[in-house]
Amino acid sequence: MQMEDEIAGMAAVVGASLAGKKAITATSGPGFALKQENLGFATMVEAPVVVVNVQRVGPSTGLPTSPSQGDVMQTRWGRNGDQEIIALAPASVAESYELTIKAVNLSEKFRQPVVLLLDEVIGHLREKIYLKSSEEVEIVNRKKPDKNQNPANYLPYQLTDDLIPPMADYGSGFKYHTSGLFHDQSGFPDGKKETAKLMQDRLHNKLHNNLEQIIIYQKDIRTDDRVAVLSYGSAARTAISAVNTGRKDNLKAGWFKLQTIWPFAEKEVAELASQVETIIVPELNQGQLIREVKKAAGGRAKVIGINSYAGELIKPEEIRALLEEVL
Amino acid sequence: MDLEKYLRIDKLPHIWCPGCGHGTILNSFIRAFAESGFDQDKTVVISGIGCSGRATGYLNFDTLHTTHGRAIAFATGVKMANPELNVIVMTGDGDGTAIGGNHLIHAARRNIDLTVILFNNQIYGMTGGQFSPMTPTGDRGTTAPYGNIDQNFDLARLVEGAGGTFIARGATFVPRQLKKIYLAALRHQGFSFVESFSQCPVSYGRQNKAGDAVEMLKKQQENTVSFKKWQELSQAEKENKYPLGILKEVDNPANEYTERYQKIIENIQKEEAL
Repeated sequence: MQMEDEIAGMAAVVGASLAGKKAITATSGPGFALKQENLGFATMVEAPVVVVNVQRVGPSTGLPTSPSQGDVMQTRWGRNGDQEIIALAPASVAESYELTIKAVNLSEKFRQPVVLLLDEVIGHLREKIYLKSSEEVEIVNRKKPDKNQNPANYLPYQLTDDLIPPMADYGSGFKYHTSGLFHDQSGFPDGKKETAKLMQDRLHNKLHNNLEQIIIYQKDIRTDDRVAVLSYGSAARTAISAVNTGRKDNLKAGWFKLQTIWPFAEKEVAELASQVETIIVPELNQGQLIREVKKAAGGRAKVIGINSYAGELIKPEEIRALLEEVL
Repeated sequence: MDLEKYLRIDKLPHIWCPGCGHGTILNSFIRAFAESGFDQDKTVVISGIGCSGRATGYLNFDTLHTTHGRAIAFATGVKMANPELNVIVMTGDGDGTAIGGNHLIHAARRNIDLTVILFNNQIYGMTGGQFSPMTPTGDRGTTAPYGNIDQNFDLARLVEGAGGTFIARGATFVPRQLKKIYLAALRHQGFSFVESFSQCPVSYGRQNKAGDAVEMLKKQQENTVSFKKWQELSQAEKENKYPLGILKEVDNPANEYTERYQKIIENIQKEEAL
């Protein structure tokens, strides 16, 4: 369905999710800015939805449609208030297919909006992929209340052990209230500070207690590698290519590709920083995720960025030159 | 008639000010719903932000209190995901015609089967009386202390122009007519829109020296006339009166949005089966 604008598109997928369906909306950077308020609402009411943002160079209308990874921080912090988000960044057509399935599954499992963060290169790429049969695809469906449960006792925001409340479809007889105001377990607004604290903590912990299910990455780091190139999205293709050709000339370099960029793989990157002397972070922005890398590295490894932010890709030769410089 | 089952009695009393007309709208609505024969469990009521937005908290259905102005957009998603549901939107004149004005005209254009009840008290009440797109020219608001220079919408004509297939106007001084209109709006298959005049003696009335609720209701009566009588008025007389009642009704369920969408699905499935 084509809504009248991005705001309405975001609202409609949240409505569809509450009515029991899996729903996705897609846009580019400026449209993603418009979706932010209702994305925050989805987080607050814990509606499983997926938002695809194919990034272009910003700010504003920017460079349509040139490659960028400029919305990494917009994805993390674009809404009002403290809140978590899951964001996955594919680096190929096949990975876009895999991670879209993963995004829907994570949203359903955690009752959490998930952002699929592509960049223009990946968005316009044509590559061969293998489509799985329906039996091969892992499908996760949201947890629902027991059909035999007395609706009068249903708590739509129940504090369960796993911190993920069972979610009733609209129209299934539970007659519950959904609100963007802080609410207690019954779903009704409750302005008490302790209720707000409890809810804030639950929304945080339902993800942070399960990071091993959410954070996915690929890596090829040998024990004697002294430099790692850490990247995501289209920049990872450049990085892997530079490392692979460098290795043919015996450069002691490895690569680490993040598929989940939010929540950030803090523990994994801290480990990487204790294995290598230098981490190079190529990004198609002025240096966004590198802030998290530096924080996680905590001084154990030197962290150097290599950036392109005016619509050009980073070339493998540029990363190769930097590798040779640090090695 | 058991009306209490449509209310969340434990959430009452409501937060609306003494003399506010919104309770009359809620009352008329649940009476209409009780007569409609609709399944309470298969009904979703959706609101935005502001005084009208609080209505959903008091109604015993699946209820969704959304972001400012976006109730109709959320409702469109709910209805598309499950067309069997009766989807009702409760919005205000600020929520529904300013920040949410775009969603209103586009839902009307699609003729999607939503029932939109717009509480029109001609002011942003909850935030203290800023003028809205429905505040008459010359009236005062906290953001228009010397009088509002904007023109207000003629909402019924706006929604009609956008393609709505059921358009009506009611007022809180005639609650029985309001109930009848809501009942017809609920039963209409397609986009139905009811502008509902409501009085706000606190945030609008004080600034505009409009008197108490009773005086404001009398004023409603003076400013309105039944649609039937309105049609007999001269052009000059029409300018000064708002017609009340069902102003337009086009009965064509096949032209409803989710019906047309379903037709596409069926046609494609037939073609693929060949």
